[in-house]
Amino acid sequence: MRGNPEAHELVAPGTLSGVLSMLANEPGKWTPIAGGTELMVAHAAGRLSARCLVSLWGIRDMRFIRAEPDSIAVGAGSTFSDLRNHQAISAEFPLLAKAASWIGSVANQSRATLGGNLANGSPAADSSPALLAYDAQLELISARGTRRVPYAEFHTGYKHNVMAADELLYAVHLPRRFGQHRQYLRKVGTRRAMAISKVALAGCALVEQGTVREIRIGAASIAAYPTRLYRTEDSISGQVLAPETLRAARVSALSEVQPIDDIRSTAEYRRIVIANLLEEFLRSLTGAGGQQ
Amino acid sequence: MNPSWPSINLRVNGEHHSLNLPPMKRLLDVLREDLHLTGTKEGCGEGECGSCSVRMDGELVNSCMVPVLQAQDACVETVEGLACDAELHPLQKAFLEFGGAQCGICTPGMLMAASHLLAHNPTPNIAEIRDGLAGNLCRCTGFIRIFDSVIATIASNAKSQQERNAR
Amino acid sequence: MSTSAKTRIVGSSVPRKEGVDKLMGRARYVDDIERDGMWHGATVRSSIPRGIIRSIEFDPRIDWGEFAVVTAADVPGENHIQLIFADQPCLADGQVNHCEEAIALLAHPNKQKLREAVAAVRIDYEPLPAVFTIEESERQDVIVWGEDNIFKSFLLEKGNVDQAWTGAAHVIEGEYRTGAQEHLYIENNGMIAEYNSAHGVTVWGSLQCPYYVHKSLMAVFGLPEEKVRVIQTETGGAFGGKEDFPSVLGSHAALLAMKAGRPVKMIYDRMEDLAATPKRHPSRIRHRTAVDANGMLLAMDIEVATDGGAYSTLSSTVLSRATLHSPGPYVCPNVRVRSRAWATNTVPYGAFRGFGAPQAIFAIERHMDEIAAGIGMDPIELRRRNFLQDGTTTATEQVMREHVIMDKLLDRALTESNYYARKTQFAQENPASAIKRGIGIAAFFHGSGFTGSGERNLNSLAGVDVTSEGKVRVLVSSTEFGQGTNTILTQIASEAIGLDIGDVVMALPDTGIVPNSGPTVASRTSMVVGKLIQRAGTQLVSMLHDKAGLEESFTRAEFFAACERYRAKLGDVVSLCRYEPPPNIFWDDQKYRGEAYPAYAWSIHVAQVAVDTITYSTEVEDFWAVQEVGRVLNPVLAGGQIEGGVAQGIGYALYEKVVWQNGRMANNQMTNYIMPTAEDVPPIHVLFEEIPFMHGGFGAKGIGELPHDGPAPAILNAIKDATGVSFCSIPLMPEDILAKLVVASSIEVAATV
Ligand SMILES: Cc1cc2nc3c(=O)[nH]c(=O)nc-3n(C[C@H](O)[C@H](O)[C@H](O)COP(=O)(O)OP(=O)(O)OC[C@H]3O[C@@H](n4cnc5c(N)ncnc54)[C@H](O)[C@@H]3O)c2cc1C
Ligand code: FES
Ligand code: FES
Repeated sequence: MRGNPEAHELVAPGTLSGVLSMLANEPGKWTPIAGGTELMVAHAAGRLSARCLVSLWGIRDMRFIRAEPDSIAVGAGSTFSDLRNHQAISAEFPLLAKAASWIGSVANQSRATLGGNLANGSPAADSSPALLAYDAQLELISARGTRRVPYAEFHTGYKHNVMAADELLYAVHLPRRFGQHRQYLRKVGTRRAMAISKVALAGCALVEQGTVREIRIGAASIAAYPTRLYRTEDSISGQVLAPETLRAARVSALSEVQPIDDIRSTAEYRRIVIANLLEEFLRSLTGAGGQQ
Repeated sequence: MNPSWPSINLRVNGEHHSLNLPPMKRLLDVLREDLHLTGTKEGCGEGECGSCSVRMDGELVNSCMVPVLQAQDACVETVEGLACDAELHPLQKAFLEFGGAQCGICTPGMLMAASHLLAHNPTPNIAEIRDGLAGNLCRCTGFIRIFDSVIATIASNAKSQQERNAR
Repeated sequence: MSTSAKTRIVGSSVPRKEGVDKLMGRARYVDDIERDGMWHGATVRSSIPRGIIRSIEFDPRIDWGEFAVVTAADVPGENHIQLIFADQPCLADGQVNHCEEAIALLAHPNKQKLREAVAAVRIDYEPLPAVFTIEESERQDVIVWGEDNIFKSFLLEKGNVDQAWTGAAHVIEGEYRTGAQEHLYIENNGMIAEYNSAHGVTVWGSLQCPYYVHKSLMAVFGLPEEKVRVIQTETGGAFGGKEDFPSVLGSHAALLAMKAGRPVKMIYDRMEDLAATPKRHPSRIRHRTAVDANGMLLAMDIEVATDGGAYSTLSSTVLSRATLHSPGPYVCPNVRVRSRAWATNTVPYGAFRGFGAPQAIFAIERHMDEIAAGIGMDPIELRRRNFLQDGTTTATEQVMREHVIMDKLLDRALTESNYYARKTQFAQENPASAIKRGIGIAAFFHGSGFTGSGERNLNSLAGVDVTSEGKVRVLVSSTEFGQGTNTILTQIASEAIGLDIGDVVMALPDTGIVPNSGPTVASRTSMVVGKLIQRAGTQLVSMLHDKAGLEESFTRAEFFAACERYRAKLGDVVSLCRYEPPPNIFWDDQKYRGEAYPAYAWSIHVAQVAVDTITYSTEVEDFWAVQEVGRVLNPVLAGGQIEGGVAQGIGYALYEKVVWQNGRMANNQMTNYIMPTAEDVPPIHVLFEEIPFMHGGFGAKGIGELPHDGPAPAILNAIKDATGVSFCSIPLMPEDILAKLVVASSIEVAATV
């Protein structure tokens, strides 16, 4: 334990409005802590710079999964266990349920929140590719009110996002319109469990008579933050799934991704594997059967 | 008594505690240092090894990842609470018989993870056992005899259930 | 009692002796122990790999009067750790030779203040050039140790290698590399020490070899034997990682205790343990082998190079074991092994399960598959033709007097794994699949006990006594750290004496109580120490028979009554035995020739792998370990040793990579040093053959290290079977597989659509 517990303040107002008014009164002073699976790691390593923390854990208003007619709303305080064990999520957004089951282990999933995963903004965050593929909308909240941003526009740089100092991530909205889409997700980690992604790719596509009508591809660990492969999507969208399309998509992906070398892997490996995953996804679209 | 610290109420293995603590102190350190429950171990302090696993309000958590304020009013179960008086818990019996513990340092966390698994899913298959224990690293056993121990517990639980039903 | 006689307790799966305490969370590991008035200790470490220490400055903003501060100048005795050569300073004095080398020690009652203080000690260095690899050290343009960077070299020669090349049908060469491996015991290193001028030093801690620590403490404090006491606490895994290093940490804690005038506890956290403590020696092994047209080995020319790190620690004995295992379990008339351990500026490498053998076995067993491919022979058949047999000689001219059954182990492994059927099936399925499956084997032996004259030099003493509470106590310095020492030795004692296991307890592993039965290393506990306990037990019974009227057959009550009579008449009831080498064991250190080990354990591993050509990752899908380890004393514990070793070996092969940056471990966190989890280990099928060894405890030979030797070569051989590509270096990461697969034409790679 390299951090000093006595050097940090932590308060738990217990309600969403209580937290929001604290953030409104002293913007920038308070750092939210939800499940703590990012911040407590930093704390133990003596790297937690935030001195004043406000707890989101146990706030009921942030931990919900609600089915609405056109979308499912997931509270930012929902844990990955909540997501993994939820019927509607497993049925309609299987990529998200699958991603949730891969995040650390049971003891991590019981604490790690969806909001924390997104707000933390790691390039390797495991919920991100699925949310990008599902065209998720984020709802931000502050004492001033709420606003929505497409998740694809949430991250703005390495560990930077569009949230203001007085805002919290409140909910993730998943449009319920992918029943007919083919879906794919693959995480390539350092081992089968308890692994940080070296690369991950999610895809969601509507194919009609061999032609790709709609496609979204989200990827992790290929840039400073999780992102969609827009140019690659463009190269596929409206095309027939012929070998040339696959080849063009590979070429596009290889030029679009900008991974780095780090202690977990190499840029070269990440580039080639992301292209391989893309190809695996596209090949699955040509065959029969649903999601991978 | 530090007046700027909150008073934390905890129920640990059925026993109630009220403590004045820095709110960012890790639950792990509270258990070990303040409550002298040293059965819960620290192997990494970064959520990776699971040797600090305990059950908190019915969930399996790594106690090194929990600031104690977030355990306010929680019910915590540790390895010390597993056995009923002198009678070993069925999992403890199976670990003893089937070689589920070697050096024993991962064992408290492993037992908590296994008991959590069985509480939610009394008859897990091998894939579910592996998933349920994946957050608990054991360097001695290669896990095989831990799986055997869990499988034996499932069988013995089923048997005692049958006996209870027969009565 | 003869070794093959029927036994009551030996051979049965008696539950682990200390098992209930561990399962209840009651077992006390060092960090669970508090002493009155205890302070905490921490270490100030070097931030550069090599350099002169110009000054050590203590930030004046800290009130240093509150702290105990120790530097090299405070060492009362000799500032060197006593292993084989005493070259490693206890605290750096004037110069550092690796990153994370200990320079100063601090103690304080408050852990937080201690952390701040460590950060407030500033070391000013004059950097010196450093070397980080075997190749850089071999160049000898920068000398970092001694006169030539060489810690130790050996030359093993049998026959005449140089004359064998010309007539050979084939000559096959290969180079094989292995990386550093971290033990990753789940309990980090830790020690508590107390000091007072009347009683001297007492140290409690997580350790394998109480008398090693004892020896260093005597030197560091300049104290006589009886003023140093070392007590092992429950130890949460070791694997060799707590063989040499506790001498360093024990000395540090004791120095702080002396300076502070109170007990001091030093517990490393994971980051410090990973960055600052020893790992397995990296190696580079070259083979050049002459083979005749029938696949018979004619000559083996082997060059072994290991990276020893900054100080010699145990590098010479690790090199010795690597040298002796490098020709594998094969007969060859002409063998030459030239081996060297090189100095570099990294944390000294140390003992790790297998102790040089896993490196050597990786090389020879990968090389055997390369030879087979080179001469167009089935790798199974090649091995079978060359196995050591009864009466043949090893590279050191040791005659195989004990029965060797490699053929039988091989047959059993092939049958159990359905080897040929699987191989055929994969060859058919692979072309149409992105997943390439393969199956591979490794055949190997592992010498039990100390190398060469080692056991004779150790001259171990062990025994039993009878306490006034009516328990037989096993008196050994052999320690329990998960492998089952407590259980095995109490089984042996109760069997030999004729009591129940419940009547026998282990004495506290405390140098103030137990004799020196040698270190708990080298797979020697069951065989060597076990035999001593067996003899001591038998001797106790005949002593009671002769002196206290114990009948030929007796009840428990009669036994303890006889003990009381003996005690009343003659005092303490103790039976100690000293090591006696088996007859015909001769070892010539000069010529490096003779009986390298009193006995060998033998094994075949079979691995089935799946290589995914989309992600280039390899999964071990199934694993068979067939072995002959002498008598199996406790099947559950023995099986657990094999499975644990195989899992560690799988990690060694495919997951565990130490990432170096300028001589420092860059991935010193569990999240980045990757060991196999419960989801990564395959089913492991463990099968024993038993040939009791007369000179081992109830017929036992060594078992603990053996299983770590085979997985890496078996897995890489299986990967070759799966992909057609030879990989000669471990850890083999997906990134490495990618690099070779995309250039290899033999496989259709998704990346080349
Ligand atoms: C052992 C281990 C394994 C892991 N494995 C994975 C893995 O496989 N994949 C993966 O993606 N991640 C993994 N993680 C990382 C981590 O668990 C996730 O990122 C998790 O979702 C973070 O959520 P949290 O609630 O615990 O975050 P916290 O630590 O509480 O917070 C993280 C950040 O988010 C901010 N924050 C939290 N909630 C909100 C909110 N509602 N609004 C605004 N800001 C907020 C905090 O201020 C902080 O900056 C792992 C972590 C550990 C310790
Ligand atoms: S100590 Fe908490 S997970 Fe390792
Ligand atoms: S028993 Fe030693 S780590 Fe699991």
